Amino acid sequence: MSTTANVTANTKVKKMKSDSLWRSAFRRLRKNKMAMLGFFILIFMFLFSFIGPYLSPYLDAKISVRDANKPPSAEHWLGTDKLGRDMLLRLMEAGRISLLVGIVATSIIVIIGGTIGALAGFYGKWVDTLFMRFADIMYAIPTLPILITLGAIFSDLKVPPDSRIYYVMFIIGIISWMGLARLVRSQILSLKEQEFMLANEVLGIRDRRKIFRHLLPNTIPIIIVSATLWVANAILLESALSYLGLGVIPPTPSWGQMLSTANNMIDFKMRPWLWIPPGVCILLTVVSINFIGDGLRDALDPKQKR
Amino acid sequence: MKQFIIRRLLQSIPTIIGASIVIFLVFSLAPGDYLTIKFGEDPNITPERMAELRELYGFNKPLYEQYISWIGDILKGDLGVSLVHQKPVTTVINTFMWNSFIIAICVLALQWLIAAVVGIYAAIKQYSIYDSFVTLLVFIAMSFPSFFLGLLLLKWLAVDYRLFPVGGMVTTGVNYTGLDYIWDVAKHLALPVITLTLLGVGSLTRYFRTSMLEVIRQDYVRTARAKGLKERVVIFKHALRNALLPLITLFALELPGLFSGAIITERIFNWPGIGRVTLESIYLRDYPLIMGFTLFIGILTVLANILADVLYGVADPRVRHK
Amino acid sequence: MANTLLEFRNLKTYFYTEAGVVKAVNDVSFSIREGETVCVVGESGCGKSITAMSLMRLIPSPPGKIEGGEILYQGKDLLKLKDGEMRMLRGNEISMIFQEPMTSLNPVLKIGEQIMEPLIEHKFLSKREARQKAIELIEQVGIPRAAEIVDAYPHELSGGMRQRIMIAIALSCDPKLLIADEPTTALDVTIQAQILDLLRRLKQERNMSLMLITHDLGVVAEMADYVVVMYAGKVIEQAPVKEIFKNPRHPYTKGLLKAKPIIGQRTTRLYNIPGMVPNPIGLGDNCHFSDRCEHCMEICLTKQPQLKEDANGSKVACWLYEGEGA
Repeated sequence: MSTTANVTANTKVKKMKSDSLWRSAFRRLRKNKMAMLGFFILIFMFLFSFIGPYLSPYLDAKISVRDANKPPSAEHWLGTDKLGRDMLLRLMEAGRISLLVGIVATSIIVIIGGTIGALAGFYGKWVDTLFMRFADIMYAIPTLPILITLGAIFSDLKVPPDSRIYYVMFIIGIISWMGLARLVRSQILSLKEQEFMLANEVLGIRDRRKIFRHLLPNTIPIIIVSATLWVANAILLESALSYLGLGVIPPTPSWGQMLSTANNMIDFKMRPWLWIPPGVCILLTVVSINFIGDGLRDALDPKQKR
Repeated sequence: MKQFIIRRLLQSIPTIIGASIVIFLVFSLAPGDYLTIKFGEDPNITPERMAELRELYGFNKPLYEQYISWIGDILKGDLGVSLVHQKPVTTVINTFMWNSFIIAICVLALQWLIAAVVGIYAAIKQYSIYDSFVTLLVFIAMSFPSFFLGLLLLKWLAVDYRLFPVGGMVTTGVNYTGLDYIWDVAKHLALPVITLTLLGVGSLTRYFRTSMLEVIRQDYVRTARAKGLKERVVIFKHALRNALLPLITLFALELPGLFSGAIITERIFNWPGIGRVTLESIYLRDYPLIMGFTLFIGILTVLANILADVLYGVADPRVRHK
Repeated sequence: MANTLLEFRNLKTYFYTEAGVVKAVNDVSFSIREGETVCVVGESGCGKSITAMSLMRLIPSPPGKIEGGEILYQGKDLLKLKDGEMRMLRGNEISMIFQEPMTSLNPVLKIGEQIMEPLIEHKFLSKREARQKAIELIEQVGIPRAAEIVDAYPHELSGGMRQRIMIAIALSCDPKLLIADEPTTALDVTIQAQILDLLRRLKQERNMSLMLITHDLGVVAEMADYVVVMYAGKVIEQAPVKEIFKNPRHPYTKGLLKAKPIIGQRTTRLYNIPGMVPNPIGLGDNCHFSDRCEHCMEICLTKQPQLKEDANGSKVACWLYEGEGA
């Protein structure tokens, strides 16, 4: 006859490995083939842009008009541009700028949008109304015209080409924060209603702790997904601006800027190696980021099916 | 419902005013203006002459005065006079906007049709090869820089294979009328429309697919199946009707896009639309034109938002009864 | 002695997930007679809902799949029917109502429309006739002002009323079998009682069989003629209701009954079956209840007990009753 003591000894309680949000998300992400493909492509683009130039024999080459406009060959795999510079090298250097702008602009968006959204969501009432009205106003204004105009203004301000890149990052950032702000705000609003926040209230936890230890960690998944997708967007915006000649300007290279050579009829028709590779680079980078972003979204929100 | 509309319209007034202030500030704080661009490098124009011209054009007045007079004119329906075209802004807009409209309406129809069919079918056949294929294509379409796709299509279809004309709205030098004219325009329309459709159809397909997937999982779809209804009825009557609700909002928000023109695409294909005019006017610092037009689109955007909410209220009985 | 209407024979329904195979329904057999109320009891996750969904052939596939067994309805194996033939039975001869009335009705369609659908589909009524019948049905389930409700939308009704509408829909074509999957769990206690009364009355009027899935023994006591107890995808005991309550055999059943608080009786501590429901993935060949059972023996840890019939018509799957051990 078993007694209670024996039961405890015999009882094998199957322990399940504690699955934190991040671990299970990571597991799901790894299984997503498209996201992994995107991840590898992106790593490649980063290596290509930041390490690649050091592998090029043309790194310190000077401008050589003699070699100008040569089609792809064994020496110059992607041909040369009108100043005789190796296209492959230009592509890599341009990649640095395009990727950098994407990341920094997105950081600005996250900082501005995240802060405004969090404050609006948390404090509510007039703070919320004020910020959201401001967002409404910014939303009403069409993006591209304003962006282009700001780009033109920087040309008028005679901003030196080296600094233009920072201005470009900045304006992309301040035009685009609203989406993230709205997302963060609505997440905080819905979290506030949940019972664990009520428990915080009852326990008398202070505001700062509430924001930082409870609300923000639950908002991070959404911010990560949004930020990833915004990097892709920022890269597209920068390339559009530079294509129009109002983003980064020579000698600073960027993929969009390299594409503007297509505005020249002859180059467009006769020298596709000048403008097709940068376009392909933008496409590959943006596609891979979108894959990753989508994979992150699936991985971090288990309730939502693909 | 009427109360709702009126309330929203009133609420949107401060937003529009705010937008107009932002637009005005951006343009007036800009250092360059029409005159510097036109005559800046011209040695014949002395600084005194510049000052005179400035006076003439009213660029010297204090900011708030300029703003008030601008707003005052707008309320009278006068959006200012374009410096480049030497015509009222409204006239300029009217001349070119409808060209953009033709493209936009074709694109809208094509995009929504394709996205609906492809997206809904992909949702029904989730996990199938078709679904994965569609998802892949969608991603690629969404990731194309707009100008790159346009350039590629232009090179490939117009230059290399000569299937379509290289640009413009009509063949130059020839004066077609009637059916010939329509056909000529149609040929020129094709590439810009294809480009823009391809660019936008991706994310729209995703919306359809996601919305449909979301709805198919719902309990009431399970109930519909448990009632023994035909699968066709379950999908189209029960699921689709609910899936379309959020898309109504999206559709209403397409409204401003119909009139704003595609800046970059129009440039690539040399289409005489308001988008191209906008770009030119930025290059030439024709501020009255850009300001007037941007504000116009801004107002349309705000109105479209209200329309979206109204339409949603009409379609969803849960909202209708509040 | 009434005829057998429905019989589950060795039903197996598995779910193939990324974490492993879940044997949600693992060799389940029992029958339902005409006019009988069978309550399927068990904790969450024991497989009772999946059993019902397998019967209706509404298992989402992927990831689920009915891997084996038969479901005999009036002698015919439902699992062998073509999709179209099964569809004609659903909502017509076999109906089902679900647990969450708040989300089970389509929010953009009127109530009347949703009741009329099965009538038009299965009974070929015209729109006018169907609407008339819908009004009658709304009255039959005890909702006043039926003529107004018929044109109302689901969000205008309370949870209890929506569940009544679900019942109306389910009964519209006079089914022989109604499956009710935890119909009152999401409702207030007072509404619960009303819904159960309604079910009992309608069942009697129509001489309908009722398969009632629940985890609440109180509901079982009120409604059941026959009780089937499930645990971890298997039937571990089944018996007429009086037997189950008077003379529970399986330690799990005993534990369930012991755990139910009795009004008037004072105890310092409520009884709780020790341990947890096992992880449905990777269940072995031992008795699934062995790690929580106070009568656990050597053999329980190595072999599955089979369901064996007993003198009084009860069936139980436990080594205690197989002649080995006490």
